[in-house]
Amino acid sequence: MPELPLPPSVPLAWYLILSAILFTLGIAGFLFRRNVITVFMSIELMLNAVNLSFVTFSYKFKQVDGHIFSFFVMVVAAAEAAVGLAIILTIFKNRQTLEIDEVSSLKN
Amino acid sequence: MDAILFLLFAAIAVVCGLNLVLQSHPISSALSLVGVMGSLAVLYLLLGGEFIAAAQLIVYAGAIMVLFIFVIMLLNAGIERKIHLSLWVKYAGVPLLAVFIGIAGFVIQRMLPVTEGVKFGAMTHGNPLEIGRSLFQVYLLPFEVTSVLILIAIIGAVVLASKEIE
Repeated sequence: MPELPLPPSVPLAWYLILSAILFTLGIAGFLFRRNVITVFMSIELMLNAVNLSFVTFSYKFKQVDGHIFSFFVMVVAAAEAAVGLAIILTIFKNRQTLEIDEVSSLKN
Repeated sequence: MDAILFLLFAAIAVVCGLNLVLQSHPISSALSLVGVMGSLAVLYLLLGGEFIAAAQLIVYAGAIMVLFIFVIMLLNAGIERKIHLSLWVKYAGVPLLAVFIGIAGFVIQRMLPVTEGVKFGAMTHGNPLEIGRSLFQVYLLPFEVTSVLILIAIIGAVVLASKEIE
């Protein structure tokens, strides 16, 4: 139980809990939304949540490796955004839809 | 002061994240995601990650989100239609997510003692000097491999966007 008068320093666990909340929101968006662009943005939200816990653990161990890892995650996210948005453009050109339920050629 | 800043920006991040899930227009979701990324950059600063905070603002909130908004505008994406979800997602989705976040919170509380706190300025390794030294000495090979990855992504994006698939 945190005391009501604010602690002088933020407990490390709060950062990780915030990260868990953001990750869960990302999963929720991934599950409940049907627009392919919004689903893609939910994935970006999950990547951001993981980045936050990387940086938090980097603080805990006073090492720079967590920062490097989240830097690599950013690079991979940029590459993923470029390819993913190109795929979305192609889908829209061929099918005139952004609903993920209507793009099910690979199903079954 | 640290706690106030943390709570303020954590609240902004959670509200924007909720907004991302709840809004029905993609542009509103994209702008909420920009809000999440901006407040996360402030939290990185509080944790001593100066370089990562700057990279977060420039690469994520700047470049990637501009790409997203550009595509949303280009495709003229409107409000999404209400489609029936599958039964699993409809009834088990929210409880399972609640269980997931409960387990995550429990594990985090057990793993980390509450006494340990984050003090602004206690972490001094996050400046570009240290990052660069580590990046170009310890992580040189992954860094070079990353450049190949980006090259492949560029080629893939150009090929995908240019050809018609029958």
